Amino acid sequence: MKRHLLSAADLSRDDAELVLTTADEMRSLADRPIKKLPALRGRTVVNLFFEDSTRTRISFEAAAKRLSADVINFSAKGSSLSKGESLKDTALTLEAMGADAVVVRHGSSGAPHLLAHSGWVRSSVVNAGDGTHEHPTQALLDAFTMWKHLGESRPGGLEGRKVAIVGDVLHSRVARSNALLLRTLGAEVTLVAPPTLLPVGIEGWPVETSYDLDSVLPKADAVMMLRVQRERMHGGFFPTAREYSRRYGLDGKRMAMLQDHTIVMHPGPMVRGMEITADVADSDRSVIVEQVTNGVAVRMAVLYLLLGGSEPSIGETE
Amino acid sequence: MTSTTAYWVRGVRILDGDPTDLVIANGAVWGIGVRPEEGAHQEVVEVDGTGLVALPGLVDLHTHLREPGREDAETVDSGTRAAALGGFTAVFAMANTEPVADTAGVVEQVWRLGREAGHCDVYPVGAVTVGLGGERLAELGAMADSAAGVRVFSDDGKCVSDAVLMRRALEYVKAFDGVIAQHAQEPRLTEGAQMNEGELSGRLGLAGWPAVAEEAIIARDCLLAAHVGSRLHVCHVSTAGSVEIVRWAKSKGWAVTAEACPHHLLLTDELAATYDPIYKVNPPLRSQSDVEALRAGLADGTIDIVATDHAPHPHEDKDCEWAAAAFGMLGLETALSIVQHTMVDAGLLDWAGVAERMSYAPARIGRATDHGQPIQVGAAANIVLYDPAATRNVDPTESASLSRNTPYRGMELPGRVVATFLRGRPTVLDGKLA
Repeated sequence: MKRHLLSAADLSRDDAELVLTTADEMRSLADRPIKKLPALRGRTVVNLFFEDSTRTRISFEAAAKRLSADVINFSAKGSSLSKGESLKDTALTLEAMGADAVVVRHGSSGAPHLLAHSGWVRSSVVNAGDGTHEHPTQALLDAFTMWKHLGESRPGGLEGRKVAIVGDVLHSRVARSNALLLRTLGAEVTLVAPPTLLPVGIEGWPVETSYDLDSVLPKADAVMMLRVQRERMHGGFFPTAREYSRRYGLDGKRMAMLQDHTIVMHPGPMVRGMEITADVADSDRSVIVEQVTNGVAVRMAVLYLLLGGSEPSIGETE
Repeated sequence: MTSTTAYWVRGVRILDGDPTDLVIANGAVWGIGVRPEEGAHQEVVEVDGTGLVALPGLVDLHTHLREPGREDAETVDSGTRAAALGGFTAVFAMANTEPVADTAGVVEQVWRLGREAGHCDVYPVGAVTVGLGGERLAELGAMADSAAGVRVFSDDGKCVSDAVLMRRALEYVKAFDGVIAQHAQEPRLTEGAQMNEGELSGRLGLAGWPAVAEEAIIARDCLLAAHVGSRLHVCHVSTAGSVEIVRWAKSKGWAVTAEACPHHLLLTDELAATYDPIYKVNPPLRSQSDVEALRAGLADGTIDIVATDHAPHPHEDKDCEWAAAAFGMLGLETALSIVQHTMVDAGLLDWAGVAERMSYAPARIGRATDHGQPIQVGAAANIVLYDPAATRNVDPTESASLSRNTPYRGMELPGRVVATFLRGRPTVLDGKLA
């Protein structure tokens, strides 16, 4: 039996809520003098990163170490042509070394899926971001952060809470995973972007969409700003960075439209002055630093639930 | 007059006809409804034709034989073995080899390799532009005048996207009755494209290949062909919109022909959700409504022919993540079964319709005058004997191709090629290479 976390869609509502409550316990560990549990002693977690991502890798590394797992960091950057071979060959190498979990970040959508289903490895596979597909642990840490602020103290948790996700939805794995997971948790998601940055077929997603940020902000309980790479400008997705900021950036003036309890989120890394201004990012509403803290707790919960018991209790069954 | 071996096929149905006896001798159809004449042949081989259908030898207007250059994926010899096993007596070998088939020298080499292999006739396709570069015309006339006698020109794999170049190519080949076979793919609309653009591509995070990128080029090319009075052939039509555009062009009386591939008649983009690049092909697998439009278009003659786009790739080019994998799938050995399954068994085509779309019409479009002839006394005996009642489980390791990238692995398909005759000589007998 194999268990993986490849997509936020792998999680039922019970699964997701179990991750959130487990993460809450893990977070309390951070306040103790000794921030370590013996749960994964003797287990090996490999961080297999084909793309640069210091923050996600460090987050997984900290999570695994706090659970007493042995951690191997494997950075496998290569040319795009050799990527195919190196994924398989690297996987075979890891299998030979006896990894219990492989945390994989890859530039190709579906690479973790391939790793989990190719028969190359027997370990659990955790998707740490694949191409423009998904980033389920980011969605979990976002949901956890929202839950702490907007759901914990009310019945139904995030049920009915309105979340606006703003920016480059087309290329965003964060948006995809968040849309799926927040829907599972009962929240109402509105994706806000210029039409060029919304995928074709988005009518089929369980979300609302809008081209008009100003009409969405007053109703939102949480606003998540996505990073917009300046390179997108050359793809003709929008005319200029300035125009993008004017229409879809979150600045102080727009922040004033928000309800008192509304939080502002960003998965990082931010492009200050592009999708979010410094005064918003550093404001009291901003929970961006907290998201990073919660990332470790959520990833501890995921690794613990996938590897901790004799029977992993969340994720995809095969 | 005594001659060589005669094949006496007993009780076979010619297309949709009643069971009869078919005698093949001296490279031709010697007799129908008769038995071999005593003493007229050195040897008479009896073939039990009970339950079999005799079709004219199939002609594939779109095959990748990969030689020269990628002999690890396929050779002219291995590819034509696969063709014979699939019931083909002629294949048109696409020009995207290494070096590109853009000179008389390369097309003659491929043509000669085909003759040496002897499993089916090989008609090289000439590149439209030098090196498939899309910038200047290759020496189309030299290829036409060569021993290979090229009549079909294509940059397949790439689109002749420059409108002026396409116009000139269409005009130029009129001098030798050539045809431009266009790979319709607007390049800017498909940069980095991985799969059909739709709800699923958005969900899977794979860059979309929109239908409009195919349809816009087809519409433009139909108008260009009409404007200059030339023949246009549209490769691997994959969308409902393309079928509509071709239907419209034909209604105008323009000399536009089109092909559909077996995989586009059966498989849909849902398969991309496996992230298994065995299903990665260009143009991509589309939606069920596209599949149905293609079947309807093939049935009513809007789509003239079935062509395989047989595209062998070595294992490592498919045993990797989707974006890194090569486009293309095998097709020669399964084409007739897929057409039976999707068209004949579905009541959309009879065997005469299959003969038209897989033999007569492709031979006509490609000016392969030795092929695509009805089975009648005196005609060259290019014939396939097919058992539509048989079933088989597709096992990639049994393929004659050097590659294994069939999307039908493990599927049960109807039909089996029992024998293939090339000018009266069996290339396949008892379902095995003769």
